[in-house]
Amino acid sequence: MLVQILFYIFGTLLVVCALGLITARNPVYSALFLVLCFFNSAVIWLLTGAEFLAIVLVLVYVGAVMVLFLFVVMMLDINVAELRRGFTRFAWLGWLTAAALVAEIVMVVWSHGRSGLDVARTPIPEPASYSNTAALGQVIYTRFAYPFELAAVLLLVAIVAAIALTMRHRQGLKVQDVSRQVSVRAADRVRIVKVKAEKRP
Amino acid sequence: MSTHAITLADLLTLSGVLFALAVAGIFLNRKNVILLLMCVELLLLAANFNFIAFSRVSGDINGQVFVFFVLTVAAAESAIGLAILVVLFRERRSINVEDLNTLRG
Repeated sequence: MLVQILFYIFGTLLVVCALGLITARNPVYSALFLVLCFFNSAVIWLLTGAEFLAIVLVLVYVGAVMVLFLFVVMMLDINVAELRRGFTRFAWLGWLTAAALVAEIVMVVWSHGRSGLDVARTPIPEPASYSNTAALGQVIYTRFAYPFELAAVLLLVAIVAAIALTMRHRQGLKVQDVSRQVSVRAADRVRIVKVKAEKRP
Repeated sequence: MSTHAITLADLLTLSGVLFALAVAGIFLNRKNVILLLMCVELLLLAANFNFIAFSRVSGDINGQVFVFFVLTVAAAESAIGLAILVVLFRERRSINVEDLNTLRG
């Protein structure tokens, strides 16, 4: 029962935060609402039994991705009023689409088994010695080893792309160019001038 | 037992509501690229809810592995998206989607 009560509390908070995210006036508030969304989702994932992913969500998303978002939001000098202009113009379409989506999901999920999906099922209880992290690790490093390596390469590509995109070469900046320093040869720097000896007059 | 735990229906409904709100957010904040990126993050989160819900009720850990990969790809996507955003702001001094009409004939 406690699990269910916690689920409803954090689920309501999650929906409220998502509402705040999409309607907040200031992008900084939106980013902070998204952080709260991730925290609430992590709690719900914990309650469902996916402990490792809950921790990863907090560490990676709240710790890295959302900090990146906040940095970018605060770095850019955005004219919020200009971006908010016409905010309500297509709002009715947005809410209509959202209502249709929710109605469809509710019709499928709460159709009392007519959809062929047994929605009354609950997470399978695990023995006390079960470790979600260990179980995930045993699968990731064996069956999914190759996709795991690919994911690592993808992250590397993302790092390279992000740095290459945002790197800026300003003119007149006094920085070391190591490759030029290393590849320099004596002939480029030193010129040996032969001077004839002169007789003393 | 079924009254003492979270059912699949609860999780699916919550993820559906979250997904719908993110879609509504894309409609509402259609000019602001940062808000669009945040709404995409919310969409991916809603999708991850479904993966975790089905993975837990069917006792199959592969769904959680997939969530792991989705998180990786989403992190890469937001990093590159924000880098593009920074470059865009440097060029145009604006992140309004309506200003991006260079390709229009």
